[in-house]
Amino acid sequence: MQLFVIQRILGLLLMLFSFTMLPPLLVSWFYAENTVLPFVSAFLVTFITGTVCWLPVRRHRSDLRIRDGFVVVVMFWTVLALFGALPFLLSAQPSISITDSVFESMSGLTTTGATVIAGLDALPRSILYYRQQLQWLGGMGIIVLAVAVLPMLGIGGMQLYRAETPGPMKDNKLTPRITETAKALWYIYLTLTIACGLAYWAAGMTGFDALAHAFSTVAIGGFSTHDLSMGYYNDQPLIEIVAIIFMLLSGVNFALHFLAWRSRSSKYYFADTEFKVYATILLLASLLTAAYLYWNATFDTVGEAILRGVFQTVSIGTTAGFTVAEYHTWPGFLPIMLLMMSFIGGCAGSTGGGMKVIRVVMLMKQGGREILRLVHPSAQIPVKVGGKALSDRVIEAVWGFFSLYVVCFCVMSLIMVATGLDFVTAFSAIAACMNNLGPGLGDVGLNYTSVNDVGKWVLCFAMLLGRLEIFTLLVLLTPAFWRK
Amino acid sequence: MKIIILGAGQVGSSVAANLASEANDITVVDVDRQLLLDLQDRLDIRTVYGQASYPDVLSRAGAEDADMILAVTNSDETNMIACQVAHSLFRTPTKVARIRSRHYLGFKKLFGNDAIPVDVMISPEQVIIDYVQRLIAHPGALQVLDFADGLVQLVAVKAYYGGPLVGQELRLLKDHMPNVESRVAAIFRKGTPIIPEGDTVIEADDEVFFIAARNDIRTVMGELRRLDRPNKRIIIAGGGNIGKGLAQALENDYNVKLIDHNPGRSKQISEELDKTIVLHADAADEELLLEENITSTDVFCAVTNDDEANILSCMLAKRLGARKVLALINRASYVDLVESGDIDIAVSPHQAMIGSLLAHVRRGDVAAVHSLRRGAAEAIEAVAHGDSRSSKVVGRSVEDIKLPPGANIGAIVRGTKVIMAHHDTVIEAEDHVILFLIDKRRVVEVEKLFQVGVTFL
Repeated sequence: MQLFVIQRILGLLLMLFSFTMLPPLLVSWFYAENTVLPFVSAFLVTFITGTVCWLPVRRHRSDLRIRDGFVVVVMFWTVLALFGALPFLLSAQPSISITDSVFESMSGLTTTGATVIAGLDALPRSILYYRQQLQWLGGMGIIVLAVAVLPMLGIGGMQLYRAETPGPMKDNKLTPRITETAKALWYIYLTLTIACGLAYWAAGMTGFDALAHAFSTVAIGGFSTHDLSMGYYNDQPLIEIVAIIFMLLSGVNFALHFLAWRSRSSKYYFADTEFKVYATILLLASLLTAAYLYWNATFDTVGEAILRGVFQTVSIGTTAGFTVAEYHTWPGFLPIMLLMMSFIGGCAGSTGGGMKVIRVVMLMKQGGREILRLVHPSAQIPVKVGGKALSDRVIEAVWGFFSLYVVCFCVMSLIMVATGLDFVTAFSAIAACMNNLGPGLGDVGLNYTSVNDVGKWVLCFAMLLGRLEIFTLLVLLTPAFWRK
Repeated sequence: MKIIILGAGQVGSSVAANLASEANDITVVDVDRQLLLDLQDRLDIRTVYGQASYPDVLSRAGAEDADMILAVTNSDETNMIACQVAHSLFRTPTKVARIRSRHYLGFKKLFGNDAIPVDVMISPEQVIIDYVQRLIAHPGALQVLDFADGLVQLVAVKAYYGGPLVGQELRLLKDHMPNVESRVAAIFRKGTPIIPEGDTVIEADDEVFFIAARNDIRTVMGELRRLDRPNKRIIIAGGGNIGKGLAQALENDYNVKLIDHNPGRSKQISEELDKTIVLHADAADEELLLEENITSTDVFCAVTNDDEANILSCMLAKRLGARKVLALINRASYVDLVESGDIDIAVSPHQAMIGSLLAHVRRGDVAAVHSLRRGAAEAIEAVAHGDSRSSKVVGRSVEDIKLPPGANIGAIVRGTKVIMAHHDTVIEAEDHVILFLIDKRRVVEVEKLFQVGVTFL
């Protein structure tokens, strides 16, 4: 463990992060709001802390090892979430506790989209903007962004990239140099955001809302500037359609976007197994939802049933977590089905959460292989994705991931029940946070104000666990990791 | 003809043996002295020791005045470079190379006189795979050979009691199948050839060679034997290049299982094949075969590189209940030994492959040659050129052509039209004439028939 190197990077990143508190300052100044002081003080505190961390160890330059990478990544999300909570805490509006501030900040940075603030519409614009910006920054992972910048500071980036980018295929590199890859991915992210913002604006949102929602849509976050979330625009179907399209796009592996953009053709999408499964699952579930809603007469018209059904399915399925209707009160199996879809989540290499489509595909194929083995005991049956056989090592890793996911989910659900929540609320809150979804069922269908403080800290941990793909965080909790 | 063969492996030596018997001057080049010595003891050929692609080695082998170079070393790259050297330094007219890798075969532009100068590419594995695939597509056939890109096929079947035509005279063929044009090219009764005439009677157990358009094959076969139901379930024993290629070619149309005993290899194959079930086991394991439903298997193909293993596993499979068994057998003496017994079809790789080479050794414009009955008989697809003055075949009716004894004309392909030869059919220029020779020694006379007189040039 190279503590000084980690400290140096942490200091640098805090300094960088402090500058993200300046754009809200502009918003605050533009709308003449009384939030200038909280942002300035949050900026100063973060910047000074960063400088204090960095100054004494600035000469320690050496490449990061994998272990250091894990520590940096985890420290990063925790420390940034803590400092990111400062503006919420310092501002007069919303007047929330430390727990709530950290929850909100963590929910933003992990692109979960769960909120503890009720009455969003009345909040200062600068605070609203800051929330959305947190999600946007969290979306691609500040780290990937930093990977493009940090090599200039002489820091080996590969370890960070391996530890950070979600998904099982971590060895796939798009360009020979990691910096170029990170840059390319970041450009795509930026392009999608701009396109999304313009589309929202053209569809009828105000400029501010268009920007704010573009941030949280492309990040598959789910924060909104309204209590009703996307339901605020219920009378403007065009906005919902734009949202559906961009959620779908953001849930796709960004490497595919990159390849398609570089070759100017869409053939890569349809050659990719994960994309095909992702599209199929969402399509079937959307049809089912819309049909069931219509059959149950939840909405008055066919069009409304289809639009709401598709929107909500895509929003939950990609783990964005926008709502257009109170989906937790929908009839029959729909709420549970949608929540379960969030376990599948987006594609690997996207900003989505959940276990990732590719892992689910592998688990299913592995299950099929076991059945086939019973019929042909001596057969060699490889698990193939996209015509390529996967090594058993990958399958093992996916199984390990899955079992830990289930264990963590069960344990944390039990803790939530122990804090006094009813079963549906506890179970869905953990699912929604671990999958970086946002809204749950029961009492947490709209927001998390009713959860007690202990519960909120558990949920913070769940969000972090989900975003860091479990292993990254859990490895820090093992004694073997810290042994010299 | 002066021919240089590069590589004295299985293919090289069997081609050498085959061509040497036809009065060609053969030189074999290899890097294994012992192999060359053995070969020189057995055959009337010259051998040169050295790396096949080096210009000085080729020069020593007589590349300056060679008519043809046959590069069949086990390295694709050596074969290609040898052809390049022969082309650039020695201007060898015909260059044949064995190219195995599919990665090269996919690009047509790669080969040609301004690129890699290979005139003909042969891929022995592919030839055998195609051969077995045709056999599986025609259940009951002993041999299925393509002419004119598959428009016409020559099929060998064993006549059985119960076939409507068995015990009848050949002239009744027309009455039995009024809509189907077909000709019986030859009949082998207990190994001796019979030249089919109108009054020849087909007996049970005769091996009948007939020619028909591809779509009519099944109808004709139905006249000679009870038709087998189409093949569906196939087990392949042996996961070498042939086994794997065969599985790849078959897996989309049939239910294929492949057995290989090497753990690494079976794993590797299973990753490359999509639908085939790859079993890591011994192909002669009775328990396994029963477990994998050998009793309802249509075809069991043993295609390992071990003749004895192929024969034994086929015999076992047959006894356990496989409907048809097919063995790949390199050794010619084994082929005769087993084909009359338990093993339904014995495929001789060299025999299957030699045809594709012979087409280029033959004088005159020969489009395809198939070696039959272990090389004793031959089927030739020759192209007629010239006019009635310069050519001995063009403008003449079939009965007027002076064919050597034991040869007959089966069919004519004109453009894409298939014409069954009758005594009064007149051959036109550019017709593809399909001939059947019962005795290969007469091949020179046939070649002469199709060579165009000097006046044509």
